[in-house]
Amino acid sequence: MTSPATPDSDHAIYALGDSAVTISLGEQIDPRTHAQIIAMRRWIDANRFDGLIDCITAYSSLTVLYDVSSVKTSIGQTSVHVYISKYLENAYRLGALQVTDAKGRLVTIPVCYADALAPDMEEVCRTTGLTREEVITLHTGRTYPVYMVGFLPGFAYLAQVDDRLVVSRKLRPRARVEAGSVGVAGVQTGIYPVVSPGGWQIIGRTPLTMFDVKVDPPVLLATGDEVQFCAIDHAAYQQLVHDRI
Amino acid sequence: MRVHVIQAGILDTLQDMGRRGYGAWGINVGGAMDRFAAQAANALVGNEAGEAVIEMHFPAAQLLFDTDCLISVTGADFKPYIDDVPVNTWKPLLVRQGSSLVFRGRRWGCRCYMAVHRGFGAAPWLGSISTNLKIGAGGLTGRALKKGDIIPLLTGLPEVFRSRAEAGALPWSISWEDVYTADDRVFFTTGREWNWLSKASQQAFMEQAWRIDSRSDRMGYYLSGSPLMFDERRELLSSAVSFGTVQALPDGGMVVLMADHQTTGGYPRVAHIASAHIPKLAQLGAGDTLRFAILNLDDAEKMLLSQKARIERIVRSCLDKLQAYGQAHRS
Repeated sequence: MTSPATPDSDHAIYALGDSAVTISLGEQIDPRTHAQIIAMRRWIDANRFDGLIDCITAYSSLTVLYDVSSVKTSIGQTSVHVYISKYLENAYRLGALQVTDAKGRLVTIPVCYADALAPDMEEVCRTTGLTREEVITLHTGRTYPVYMVGFLPGFAYLAQVDDRLVVSRKLRPRARVEAGSVGVAGVQTGIYPVVSPGGWQIIGRTPLTMFDVKVDPPVLLATGDEVQFCAIDHAAYQQLVHDRI
Repeated sequence: MRVHVIQAGILDTLQDMGRRGYGAWGINVGGAMDRFAAQAANALVGNEAGEAVIEMHFPAAQLLFDTDCLISVTGADFKPYIDDVPVNTWKPLLVRQGSSLVFRGRRWGCRCYMAVHRGFGAAPWLGSISTNLKIGAGGLTGRALKKGDIIPLLTGLPEVFRSRAEAGALPWSISWEDVYTADDRVFFTTGREWNWLSKASQQAFMEQAWRIDSRSDRMGYYLSGSPLMFDERRELLSSAVSFGTVQALPDGGMVVLMADHQTTGGYPRVAHIASAHIPKLAQLGAGDTLRFAILNLDDAEKMLLSQKARIERIVRSCLDKLQAYGQAHRS
């Protein structure tokens, strides 16, 4: 199903240095902006140019990285950044027409919310006034689109959590967050794919491997997927960890 | 046909031009910090510019070659010696079986590159041999070189050199100095949030000497100077960042994102280092100071195009010289 064309004027295209150009659709996290970003990405995949190195999508922006000499060879006189900016203008005009309501692939992620794996559950309960059961019910109570993957390999940014579950980042980030840790921060929730320092409030852990260099593709989640968390107890968690090895 | 690591340096890794095209998975590009020196090292030994090289910091590794080979050492001058004889950087070097390469001091720069003819026999991951230390991928089993490592070589000496007895430098080199010294300032283009800075801070950004502090590494250079002041400051959603992006940090400091930077970031982007000046920056290290100079985007693009064309010319001319040398020495 295709939505009617919506040529907003609230987009901006700007250079990110001399080898990348970004198009930004504002500073909001919402499904409509996300759908437009994905539609532009799709347009770019179908209309690649010589010298395109990468295309990185984020909450409300899309960035193309390019090899300046390869692009120059194919376009002649124009400044490369001017050419790429026009290209992104087209991606916006033509890509925005292709916005679909189609949902992405649904991925179910088991999470154990037990104390041993949820070092910040107590703090989250205290600041939100929710019980542990309410936190779990709210966190598993809806599906979240993967808005972007970034920060770490395979780190998927999911949004938006229920208003009652909105908490701020930790004042002092942890030096070590275990792989598989499920966190919340503001309207976002996400899973640390590898051991890393991190400032999100950790409310559980998944036994799934979110990132594995030996697997193709190495990441479990991609932008556009939908995630459903489901609660498992500690025994099930341990069984799944065991099965993994 | 192997290189043996007799002694490890503080950070020696295999790097090429990076793992490009996987940003959507959050996988960063990485690759050589000084792309000019890495590509020049390859050119000198007759390789494609983007072949993998060993990037070394000081103190650097001590290496032993168990076969005759053609190598080069570019970038920083760490006083390289082959079997107790000092050798030049930025020249092709003929190394005999059993020879060792050591680095005895830091004369200039921060990162040196060693290339071998035809490259190293390491398995690429997602199209690149670059070592990603954070996730333990690429390079030699995803980590820095350590004592006892053995790095396979794809080939030994080119045929034409096999009968030549003399080890040492071949009689040509690359002109490289101007890449690092033509201007003592590092050129930048303004970032999306440049205008959030107060006029005084914009002025300070351009006029002050900035010191690279000790936290700096392959991920980023933290710069210290007078804190940046903002006329405007809002929370930003994370978006893509690039090699050379200068982010303003909440404490008034700033960080220049280098080769191992994350794919996305949410701090204000006040500037971007001109790509053609990143090699210069890559040869500076903790304790060094630098000054910035503003450049418009068209000029930054022209500088980069001209540097890339220069590398292509270097690759071609080195190949020609190697071939001519081979012809002349064929018995």
